[in-house]
Amino acid sequence: MTQVNMTVNGKAASGDVEGRTLLSSFLRDQLKLTGTHVGCDTSQCGACVVHVDGVAVKSCTMLAAEADGAEVATIEGQANPDGSLNVIQQAFQDHHGLQCGFCTPGMVMSTAALLKDNPKPTETEVRAYLEGNICRCTGYHNIVKAIMAASGQDAGAIAAE
Amino acid sequence: MPKDGGIGASSKRREDVRFLTGVGNYTDDINIHGQAHVFFLRSDMAHGTINSVDTSAASGMPGVVQIFTGADFEAVGSIPCGWQVTDKHGEVMQEPRHPVLAHGKVRHVGEPIAAVVAETLEQARDAAEAIKLDISELPAVVDMKDALKEGATKVHDDLNNNLCYDWGFVEENKAATDKAFEDAAHVTTLELVNNRLVANPMEPRVAVGDYARGTDEHTLYTTSQNPHVIRLLMGAFVLGIPEHKLRVVAPDVGGGFGTKIFHYQEEAFCTFAAKACNRPVKWTSSRSEAFVSDAHGRDHVTKIELALDADNNFTALRTETHANMGAYLSTFAPSVPTWLHGTLMAGNYKTPLIYVNVKAVFTNTVPVDAYRGAGRPEATFQLERVVDKAARELGVDPVALRRQNFITEFPYATPVAVEYDTGDYHATMDKLESMIDRDGFAARRAESEKNGKLRGLGVNCYIEACGIAPSNLVGQLGARAGLYESATVRVNATGGLVVMTGSHSHGQGHETSFAQVVADMIGIDENMVEIVHGDTSKVPMGMGTYGSRSLAVGGSAMVRATEKIINKAKKIASHLLEASEGDIELKDGAFSVAGTDKSVAWGDVTLAAYVPHNYPLEDIEPGLEETAFYDPSNFTYPSGAYACEVEVDPDTGKVTIERFAAADDFGNIVNPMIVTGQVHGGLAQGIGQALLENCSYDENGQLLSASYMDYAMPRADDLPMFDVDHSCQTPCTHNPLGVKGCGEAGAIGSPPSVVNAVVDALQSAGKDVTHIDMPLSPDRVWAAMQ
Repeated sequence: MTQVNMTVNGKAASGDVEGRTLLSSFLRDQLKLTGTHVGCDTSQCGACVVHVDGVAVKSCTMLAAEADGAEVATIEGQANPDGSLNVIQQAFQDHHGLQCGFCTPGMVMSTAALLKDNPKPTETEVRAYLEGNICRCTGYHNIVKAIMAASGQDAGAIAAE
Repeated sequence: MPKDGGIGASSKRREDVRFLTGVGNYTDDINIHGQAHVFFLRSDMAHGTINSVDTSAASGMPGVVQIFTGADFEAVGSIPCGWQVTDKHGEVMQEPRHPVLAHGKVRHVGEPIAAVVAETLEQARDAAEAIKLDISELPAVVDMKDALKEGATKVHDDLNNNLCYDWGFVEENKAATDKAFEDAAHVTTLELVNNRLVANPMEPRVAVGDYARGTDEHTLYTTSQNPHVIRLLMGAFVLGIPEHKLRVVAPDVGGGFGTKIFHYQEEAFCTFAAKACNRPVKWTSSRSEAFVSDAHGRDHVTKIELALDADNNFTALRTETHANMGAYLSTFAPSVPTWLHGTLMAGNYKTPLIYVNVKAVFTNTVPVDAYRGAGRPEATFQLERVVDKAARELGVDPVALRRQNFITEFPYATPVAVEYDTGDYHATMDKLESMIDRDGFAARRAESEKNGKLRGLGVNCYIEACGIAPSNLVGQLGARAGLYESATVRVNATGGLVVMTGSHSHGQGHETSFAQVVADMIGIDENMVEIVHGDTSKVPMGMGTYGSRSLAVGGSAMVRATEKIINKAKKIASHLLEASEGDIELKDGAFSVAGTDKSVAWGDVTLAAYVPHNYPLEDIEPGLEETAFYDPSNFTYPSGAYACEVEVDPDTGKVTIERFAAADDFGNIVNPMIVTGQVHGGLAQGIGQALLENCSYDENGQLLSASYMDYAMPRADDLPMFDVDHSCQTPCTHNPLGVKGCGEAGAIGSPPSVVNAVVDALQSAGKDVTHIDMPLSPDRVWAAMQ
């Protein structure tokens, strides 16, 4: 067992982990931050995306020990300080960018990373960026619209209803 | 003007807030104090005789609580099948025993052989590696036609052969159908495969069993579309636990698409083991396990023939299908290729004679059952492909040939035992043609060709049968369950309502749309209505969510219960207003006396029901809570017309979807935003089937597509923006909301248009290609062109 210490959503967090413990397991099982979901075991689906030191990572692909000392952000820390939905979350609700909600935390975290690097992406860029996030419910149509809206672009202009 | 609330409004989904902030409550988020974890040791052979399972070394490993094998479940019931098909000779289907853990033999890769319960999942997994299996491998039966050959290896030694049933429908039509083929001016024949798929909801299955020794009560938390059905199947048939001692909870469910309807061994195991180990037992499927343990979908091999007269009228249709059951009968597997498939073969057309033959076959593969559409996509695909092929053979416009043969008068009794209540197939086709700029296609094709690409346009229609019913009819057809739905509406003293519905959302937004309906009926704010579902201890009874039934069946039960509430509330209001009950009107959340300005608010009436000081106690009881069961008199029949435009790269065979349009008739619509989203999702799964997805076994029964590295899930850059319309509305005539199902339409309606479009593109280049089996991957398309 190794002790790991990190900052998660702005708060200090620590725990004892085995060398093989994944960051996703540490967040879910020890910190009880169950918003980060695990949808596959081959780093394909992206439901587990969190930010580590500002970079989007698949938390099922990183050991908890590797995040020792890091700043970790998860879906639970994304809302505005008053508890209201942030711009990305609100856009997903406004444009029906989620159905079952299971892939949603990863989609929101990936979107945040995309818009940080590319504040006004094209539809093609959005779709290419989401290559590592699988959604089985929405057909991506409304996710793309939500992301365009969250970036301040006219979601209606890219799509017929 | 869009409405801002109630029926017809695109109300934003209330459930989104918890999903977007990471505080949803999925089954894997549930952890019970003291829980142990189970890891299933699964067969890596498709077929074999189990000589021994030696757990002696494993049982001493760190953290191991107990190890179970098939022998521990000998006294436990078989995982039941919920539908018994009777074949064309009047014989009931062959139905094998389906053990919780394999005993004697393993029959598919992934079948659980042993289960290790340990303090942690890692310890359970480590111990499972120390179990010594001695299994003698047997030849595997994978191909359905091989499985039916004389002398083929039997999947089940105690059955006569690998044929589950040989079903003919409608048997009385067979001779007349054959005669019509003899008399036909033209016959079009097509042999095709409806490719095997894996549903792949993003949330893998999870089961947590808990047991309270003091009260002898079992609780199962599970990823289910229908917790009451699981309670009945597992309690009554597998473990022998009465309903009052068994609670099944399905909290937030992360997608299902059919594969979370069924009762699985892991649910029975965790419930059983929680008592045996005297502590909660949790199982969380990995995605790798999901590929070899979730029931698969589709997997039909079909020959279809269409007979036409000299004027191109359809005169008869004949099909022969082999349907894969896998190694065991999953819960509703036998119904899918029969009653959910044969009854759809009329499609949108007035073909007078139809005969359908289906041979269901056991193979050494994962069980196959319902997946989004379930039988109806298989019917639609073969029908719409053969119609398209006929049009090309006859040199007539595929849309015109369809229109010529459309059913135009309703109600319409098909030759395959169902009666369509409403529809307007020309209207949806008109709408589609207005959406796709067909006149501009030639120019778009020319532009593609200038860029070295081929362009094709494919069109198809579909008819769907949703909300399977009524119970007495489906009972005659072999269903071992009723197909009603229940709802209890509880009005609280201060006017808020709780609706307990047996439907269960797994992404469809029932908490929002169901509240819209009830709020609209009373004229109150949607936020005063709370929807409760997914817990057998809170909801009296339920049949769950599948087959696009929730609003049509569950919503109708809710409407009936709300009507009872309103009737009783009117009685109370008439007392309070000192007026005749017949003069009381309910509007905008207030009861008034017709023709006067006297009124009493909804909240005052509900308060009177629970504080009955001024109350007609001699006539009615206090309180305001009503239950209704709704058993539909018929299916609902949504329909539509879809168009797909593709580009094909002749150098690589890669197909790109350039445009996709869907014109659907879902009858009345409660929340257009949600309906549109349902169509989008269905389209993605249908296009996924047509272009990308394929569940593939080798000849030894090894699953080749067992992870997201090998099974091509549709991703964002595989799909276009969709053009979706549902303004054509012929309301259902037999349910109170006039609604039809919408959840499966996209998956049913889209595959044929994709294949039709690719064939169109290849033929435009002079290629003699009349069909390519799905998925239309680059290698298949390229090979077809050579």
